[in-house]
Amino acid sequence: MTNGFIGGIHPDYKKTLTENKPIEKLPYEKDEIVSIPLNQHIGAPAQELVKKKEQVLCGQKIGAGKGFISTNIHSSVTGEVVSIGNLNSPLTGKVKGINIKITNPEDSPKKIDTNKKFQDIILEAGIVGMGGATFPTHVKLSPPKKIDTLIINGAECEPFLTCDYRLMIESTEEIVKGAKAIQEKLKIANMIIAVEDNKPDAIKAFREFSKGFDFKVQELETVYPQGGEKQLILSVLGRIVPEGKLPLEVGVIVHNVATCKAVYDAVENGLPLTERVVTVTGAVKEPKNLLVKIGTPVSKLIDICGGYVGEPEKIVIGGPMMGFSTNTTDTPVSKATSGVIVFRQEDLPSLKMTNCIRCGRCVTACPMGLVPAIMEQFAISELYERLLDWHVLNCIECGCCSYVCPARRPLVGYFKTGKRQVMNIVKERENK
Amino acid sequence: MSKNKFLVTFSPHIRDSLQTDKVMLNVIYALIPAIAVSIYYFGFFALKTYILTIIFTLAFEALFLKIRGRRITLDDNSALVTAILLAMNLPPNSPWWLILIGSFIAIVVGKQVFGGLGQNPFNPALVARVFLLISWPAQMTSWIKPTPIIENFNFDSVSAATPLSQAKTELISNGKIITDFSDFPAYFLGNIGGSLGEISAIALILGGLYLIYKKIISWHIPVSYLLSFLLIVMPYWLFFPDKSLSPFIHLFTGGLMLGAFFMATDMVTSPITKKGQIIFGIGCGVLTAVIRLFGGYPEGVSFAILLMNAFVPLIDYYIRPKSLGEAEKV
Repeated sequence: MTNGFIGGIHPDYKKTLTENKPIEKLPYEKDEIVSIPLNQHIGAPAQELVKKKEQVLCGQKIGAGKGFISTNIHSSVTGEVVSIGNLNSPLTGKVKGINIKITNPEDSPKKIDTNKKFQDIILEAGIVGMGGATFPTHVKLSPPKKIDTLIINGAECEPFLTCDYRLMIESTEEIVKGAKAIQEKLKIANMIIAVEDNKPDAIKAFREFSKGFDFKVQELETVYPQGGEKQLILSVLGRIVPEGKLPLEVGVIVHNVATCKAVYDAVENGLPLTERVVTVTGAVKEPKNLLVKIGTPVSKLIDICGGYVGEPEKIVIGGPMMGFSTNTTDTPVSKATSGVIVFRQEDLPSLKMTNCIRCGRCVTACPMGLVPAIMEQFAISELYERLLDWHVLNCIECGCCSYVCPARRPLVGYFKTGKRQVMNIVKERENK
Repeated sequence: MSKNKFLVTFSPHIRDSLQTDKVMLNVIYALIPAIAVSIYYFGFFALKTYILTIIFTLAFEALFLKIRGRRITLDDNSALVTAILLAMNLPPNSPWWLILIGSFIAIVVGKQVFGGLGQNPFNPALVARVFLLISWPAQMTSWIKPTPIIENFNFDSVSAATPLSQAKTELISNGKIITDFSDFPAYFLGNIGGSLGEISAIALILGGLYLIYKKIISWHIPVSYLLSFLLIVMPYWLFFPDKSLSPFIHLFTGGLMLGAFFMATDMVTSPITKKGQIIFGIGCGVLTAVIRLFGGYPEGVSFAILLMNAFVPLIDYYIRPKSLGEAEKV
């Protein structure tokens, strides 16, 4: 067990709601509509390749990546394009997407051409980092530097979520094979699968393969944000990624377990990324782990879980620490949707705000060694130069500061918005 | 079908259960042993002082929040903490007008003029105590003899000196300390003259440990404060035993324990980083020792903490922890 990083928190994990629920395949019917966003990744949105009324096949490429940092989008169903328009997105409010009416719910995805360079297969399959950051995987797999260690991230440190956990015990071999494919193609010397110690079954499952496939399994202390890339590298290898730099700077790349599974599906079976596992939990009758087609509205997921328990107040897409609240259940599942969590009024914490009492709990909790209480003052006063000097760009937006704040200051919120302003300053400086 | 408009906020969507009012409430819980000891020894006088201070302080807080056009936030319990700490810093038989003025200074001058909760640079209770001490030195240093409540619940007071003030007087008039201050257990338990809340070191230590256990405060300020204080008082006593009280009497009498565990650790007026807190604690310890040993006042805790409060913004600005992977400044 290692916990090399500073700070962190121990929230109430609530994983027991779904950890023993095997992944269930969500059934679909004719005439249902899925809404596939064209921007499900960091970087440029994909360019649509289909027109209204066009017939599309399951697995057909309907959006093409524009530029290097972008990726392809595939139809998750066989059906007819009913419209191309704005979809609800928890991230940006509205995002351009394609609405498709299902004509054949039984159809399985059309295979992609796997007779290509490894990175090109990954791009062709539209794979992105499935831990939540959604960075296009083919970019991450083209490191300009020598990499000596591949870390497979099975920490799943967000409370409530069990989608990675279920995948780790149900698709252990696929994850291992996907990870090994990455290791071999990139000629990386070492491979380590890192899992938090609150998932002993997953650790055991990986250990059964570790001899035959030659990799190490590392047990990590259960502490949020153990699965943060920089925290994970520090815990596993004791290496510190310099501020503003990527893990490859210290010879490491990190991939999430679900991403490895997607890599396996693409390379071995020629499957594009059209579905993912989503943990639906919180105030629903029967919390579940569901295998969902990309584009399915969140409302369908909630219905299959028996609907709400009580009066829903907030719907969170992703984990409760870093996920986004959505104002409508029309929001479609994207490649990044790891969870759907329903909160009732009584499940939500009191957000009664007081002035900052300078208790310093945010300083203790920050895994990046920042001083949120003082940085908040700079953010409120719009002193962005100061914010830059106090390393706001090093903030990973994990939310630990806001979580521990007894005054309920929206600390991480200030940094999320403040960072954008600070980035502008940095750009201006570079242009001079 | 349920409503289709849900609450949208920034992440995180879950929070730790500790809130400002509970932080303050925990400080009050931690003060209960010391409050109990003061009531045990000063009976009626203690009760009167606590009740009047609480009434005046809360009234001023409410009044000035109203004048400032703010929500009346008595429910954050911060004014209650200030009230109890102020009462503990007053002589047991303080007249009502002294308490009224003290409450005004603490809440209005010490806190509300700076913008209320969290905004004041100086500890409000100490601002009031020092203001009163300078303005009405006679009233602020008239101590009464502690009488256990079980022996005699009387309304008369017998005056008594504190060990620190008696030693200082003897030192000034005779050049050395004459009285034998060796009744150690009494000092430790609280059977000595002094301000309401400072008499029992053991009760204050208990309360302080509770706060550290509950993670409301950390050990950094109390430990660095007491250690640095001892590191000066101890050698001085070894070299000049007739000019100084023993380090243990220094440690367990006067306002030191109250100061180290409850006043210096006031989160609003102490540094926010652990490293800064250690520097702050050392500053408090050194200043307290210097004032007690060489100053005109027998007691130096209040002045030391207030002086160090003034350095907090500076400490916070320069003692910034290194951010993970931070690049060296060029």
